[in-house]
This record gives sequence, structure tokens and C-alpha cells, in this order.
Amino acid sequence: MVRSMWFAAAFAVATGAALPAHAQDPELTKIREELRQLREAYESRIQALERRLQETEATAGKAEQSAAKAESAAAQAGVRPAGENAFNPAISLIMQGTLARSSRDPASYRITGFAPSGGEVAPPGRGLSLAESELVISASIDPYFRGHLVVALTPENGTEVEEAFFQTLALGRGFTLKGGRFLSGIGYQNEIHQHAWDFQDAPLAYKGFLGGRLNDDGVQLKWVAPTELFVELGTELGRARVFPGTDRNRTAAGAWSLFGHIGGDVGASTAWRAGLSYLRASPRERAFEDPDSLRSAVTQSFSGKSRLWIADFVLKWAPGGNASATNFKLQGEYFRRREDGTLAYDDTAQAAPQFGARFESAYSSRQSGWYLQGVYQFMPRWRIGYRHDRLDYGTVANGIVVSGLGPTAADFPLLMTAHNPKRNSAMLDWSPTEFSRLRLQLASDKSRFGVTDNQVVLQYIFSLGAHGAHRF
Amino acid sequence: MKTLLAVVLAAFATPALAALNIFACTPEWGSLARELGGDKANVYTATTALQDAHRVEARPSLIAAARRADLVVCNGAELEIGWLPLVLSQSGNAKIQTGQPGYFEAASAVALIERPARVDRALGDVHVAGNPHLHLDPRNVARVAQALGERMASIDRAEAGHYAGRTKAFLDRWREATARWEKEAAPLKGLPLVVYHRDMSYLINWTGMREVGSLEPKPGLPATPGHLAELVERMKRDPAKIVVYSRYSSPRAAEFLAERTGIPSVMLPFTIGGSDRAKDLFGLFDDTIARLLATVK
Repeated sequence: MVRSMWFAAAFAVATGAALPAHAQDPELTKIREELRQLREAYESRIQALERRLQETEATAGKAEQSAAKAESAAAQAGVRPAGENAFNPAISLIMQGTLARSSRDPASYRITGFAPSGGEVAPPGRGLSLAESELVISASIDPYFRGHLVVALTPENGTEVEEAFFQTLALGRGFTLKGGRFLSGIGYQNEIHQHAWDFQDAPLAYKGFLGGRLNDDGVQLKWVAPTELFVELGTELGRARVFPGTDRNRTAAGAWSLFGHIGGDVGASTAWRAGLSYLRASPRERAFEDPDSLRSAVTQSFSGKSRLWIADFVLKWAPGGNASATNFKLQGEYFRRREDGTLAYDDTAQAAPQFGARFESAYSSRQSGWYLQGVYQFMPRWRIGYRHDRLDYGTVANGIVVSGLGPTAADFPLLMTAHNPKRNSAMLDWSPTEFSRLRLQLASDKSRFGVTDNQVVLQYIFSLGAHGAHRF
Repeated sequence: MKTLLAVVLAAFATPALAALNIFACTPEWGSLARELGGDKANVYTATTALQDAHRVEARPSLIAAARRADLVVCNGAELEIGWLPLVLSQSGNAKIQTGQPGYFEAASAVALIERPARVDRALGDVHVAGNPHLHLDPRNVARVAQALGERMASIDRAEAGHYAGRTKAFLDRWREATARWEKEAAPLKGLPLVVYHRDMSYLINWTGMREVGSLEPKPGLPATPGHLAELVERMKRDPAKIVVYSRYSSPRAAEFLAERTGIPSVMLPFTIGGSDRAKDLFGLFDDTIARLLATVK
């Protein structure tokens, strides 16, 4: 509109300037007439517009509403690209890496006194290394289900499905059903992804009793009570694909768990959650290798029942509930495990075996562990944290050793060394935004018997793409 | 075990005293729901004026409250993206999931401004749909009230007349008040100011003030000394008369700038509970305008 008026004006000037040359031209009157008509046309159009503007202003109340509706519809429509791609799920990518130094070889890492959990529990390798990159894809499937996939791209160029589950949206009455592979709801830290942990690695109790974390294949049913106090009860049936179970190759579930959490607020500044969980698995031939007294590898395997209890609590404080400037988080969990069954000791696979036989006898253990950690954000972007870890060897009854007919305690250096692992860790991290974090972590790790491993880790965590959720 | 069962049964059996349980994400929409619902609505407000709505976590208490809600009234436009999706999916409440009648977004009734031409996190914490802090323009509040009143009536049909009546009464009072505020705020027209976060844009738009700059170098990033120095430089060319900040943000940067440039810094309540006078939506606007006017006199 404005443009065409400018054009008209320019046209008028141009023709006006050309006029004297054709002063006597009989066409002149014609052009003048046309110009006059043009001007009149524009004037009447401008008047019409002004009139319409006034009318609109007069009826602003109603018009505003409908206009707003139309505008917002247009605005909403423009938010996502049109077409098939508009349904693309939310995608985010987590990239991580470490620069590490440790006084002991990370490859020799073990938690003396505790059966190996098979997870990736060793400290990060020395020097610069890439850690797992996580690709997270999630979206609503339809009005009834939601889908979520987390794939880890390992630095060894492999891929690993960490989570791939569906979750119901419409069961109602507080029920949610989840199925597929997912981080179990037991304990507190188990459900939190590694990149969101407050320390670079898992607490010793998680490393020793759950291989870092439990992400079995199975189903989970959860119920939230309609009460003011947060009450959540859940149960899971699993394939027992991972420690402490073993894959059973049968239809029935190999592991099941029960958990309950309660939580709430104390005033505006404090929020808390506490829980109790129970995990039951029945491993068969859960095998690992351990050198005997002659330092040659022997296969040991456990079959029986494994029962794990976890008590967890977390408390968060922020002045007035505003965590942007300063906040504090206190978190602790206590693990207690009972295993009863039989232990097999087999050195027949060796070229020069000490016994050349397979021994099998009753085995039971009562072991426990806990950690307590506090993280304080003392100013925007900066947090400092301290964690104390402890495992208690407890009591282990090994029928093979007791019988005195074959291997002695010295042939079971891992299981029969009464060692109470300990670790102290401190960290300082800096998060320019909620999408980036750099962390320095120092640890004095006494997981191995008689050895102190001093570790220094510098870590980066970056997240790209869709905005992640702030899990409590 | 028996007691537990009794508690569970009691929880199921207790009839809700109020007809409509409303979970409001922010204080302003909680206050509006209270205005429109009266004694027929039981409103839980998830956040306070002291909290930055971007940074809230999916606390257990929020999940428990969402579990019992018939209607979720949120701001939308990604303001609650960090915690609301998790609260909804953890609540096990089918009524309030996205797309259900029990899920209401204020932003759906309003045309958002400042929609970014480019969406890139290098530009800070930008919101794809536009600036979500839409409630400080009273005309937007009227639009949201109209839509929310209709939604409440459609969910609780038995009391539809009650909500319609209260909505009309509220809108009548609100229009009157808006006319009064517009008259009062006339001296603010053209007032150049510096903001903390871009959470005042709708207020600035409505009153005709002029934003000279913001203390945040980019949305969501805290003020840095370098950026403040640059701002002081810029203000020599284009001076601002006041610097404003919201109740939930730290006053430090604003006070620093005020000190360096000799202009007053003004705390604005931003939402209900942000100041003693901001007890409801009317008080919020009364107080906001009064605080701004006090600086131009």
C-alpha cells in the first residue's frame, strides 16, 4: 500500500518534470486528467481506510478478541514446520568426555570382597578420552502412549540401547505402565541418567550391587496416591538381563522389584523425598573369573537367590525455593544384600590346573554399603560437592572353603578377602548455562584391598537440542 | 497394613469439597483461576513470585498435586518446559495430559510477541513460540480470562453458569480497571528503561515505554561485568531513565547499573506475591504502575 503510493508519487514527479517539453502536446490534458483521477482514487482509498480504522477502534472490544484468536492460531501454526516433519520427535544429544589421571591402572579396578557386577564400573581411562554420547529421542505416540529412546554411542564405536520404552498417558487414577528397557525406579539415583549425576561416576554401592545402575528389560507399574503427601508405589518384572540376575531363557520373569517413595515440601525452601526398595533376582551360573593362589584364572559362578534392599532419601534446599542463585542438595542411600545359594569353583579349563576339578557348595553372603553426598551451589553457575562412600564386607559363608577338601580362602582372593572399601570424592563444577557443564573431581578410592587409588578427573558435559527435564 | 489400606480407601472415598481442583503453574494464573472459580474451585499454585519459572524442578509435591487436579492452568509457550512435562507424565492423571480438556495454556489465547527469527541456543535461552511472559499486559489477562472461564465451564458443566457469571463480572471489573490504569500510566509513555530479563516486554508494549537494553547479555544468561560496562557506554548515547528488575531476579546487577549511571532501580513484583500490594491481579497492576510512576514524578 505504502509502496504503491510512493510509486504513484514518483510517477507523478517524473511525468510532472517531463511536462514542459510537451507543453503544447494535445496529450498533455489527457495525462493531467489521468493524474487527477489517480490522485482522487488514492485519496478516496485512504479515506476509506481511515474510516475503517476508526470503525475498528470503536468496536475494539469484540474485534480484539477475535483478532487475537486468529493471530494466536496463526502464531501457534507457525511454531512448527508444516508437513510430515512437524511430527518429528524431540531429539537431544549429550556429549561427554574426560581428562583423567589415576595413580593405579583403571584396567585393574575391582571392588575387593564383592562379586564383580559386570557393569562399567572402572574409573575413566587415563588421559583424554571420549565418554558415552547419548542420543535421546522422545515423543507422544498417540493420545494413549509416549515413547522414549536413549541410545549410547560408546567411545569404542559401538551402540548400546540404554532405554527404549513406552509409557501410558491415559490409564488414569494415578497409574502409569511402562514397558521395554528402562532405568529401574528402585533407589534414588538409579533413575537419573549419568550425565545428570552430581559426580562423574556412580557411588560404590551402585557399582558393587547394581553394576552402576539397573536397566533391565521388563514392565513397570506405578501408582501415585491422590494425597497431599507424595506417595508413589511401584513394581517391576524383569528379564534379569543384567546383574544381579542372569538371563534365564524362560518365559517367567527372572527378577522383580517393589518400591515406594514418599515426599513433599517443608515450607517454601525445602523439598524432600524418601524411599524403600526391594529387588529380588534368581541368578543361575552367574560367572566371573578370579585368579587362584597360583595366579591362574579360575571360573567361579553363583546360583541362588539375591535380595537387595535400598533405603534412599534426598533433600533439597533453596532460599525461598529459588534455586537460581544458591541451593543445597543432600542425598544418601543405604544398600543391604543377601545372597543364598551355591558357589561353583572350576579350574578344569586351565592347562596346568591346581585341582583339575569342579567344586560346588553352599554359599551365602550378607553385605551392605552406603553413601552420603552434599552438593552446594554457592553462586550462580558454581557448585561444590563432597561424597563419602563405604561398603561393608559383612559375613560370607563359603562351603567350599569350610569343607577343607579343596580350594582355600587364598584361592578366592576377590570373594574371601574381608575388605571394607571406602572412597572420598570432592568435585567442583561450573555450568555456564543449563546446557553445558565442566567438572573437576578428585577422589581417594580404596576399592581395592590395601591400595589407595588417587584419581583426578576433568569432565565436560554438553547437551544439544530439545530442552531436558529438571528431574527432582 | 490395615491402616495403610484404610488410608488408601479414605483417600479414594473423600469427596472433593470444591468442585474443581486446579493446578496452576504460576501465581498470576492461579489468582485468575481463583477469581473465576470462586468457592467452586480449589486452586493449588505450583510456583511463587520468588521463583524463576524457568528453573523449577519436578518436585514430589508438584507431582502429588497434579495427580489430584482436574485442570492444569499453565502459561505455556515453553515457560514450564523444564518441569511440567515430567510432572504430567509422572502424575498418572489422564485428565490433564497435553491435548486433554484438563490442560489449559494461557499462551493459546494470546498473540505472542518477539518470536525469534532464528532459533539457536547461541542466542541464549530463546523461546521458539515467542516471549512467554505475557501477563503484564492487562488486555492479555482479559483474553486469558475469557478462554479460561469457558474452559472451566466446559469441564465442570454442572456449574457452568457459576463460572460464566463470575467470568463476566471479572471482565467488567477488569475493563474498568484497565481503562483506569491506561489513564494513570499515560506519563510512562516513551519512558526509556533498562530491564533485567525480557520479562517486561508486554508491559512495555502496553504502556508505550521504550526498552533501551537488558542486563542479561542474552536471555537466561546472568549479567557479566563486560556486558554491564557496554550497557553503561550505550546509555551515554541513549540514556535510560530507570532500570527495572523482577522480584525473583537478583537486584545486584540492577543496583550496580543504577549506581554507575545515577538512575533509580525499581523492583517490580512481576506476579502475585511479588510485593505486599500484589495480592491479586488488580493489586499487581496497581502496584506495578505505582512503582513506575513514582520514578517519573
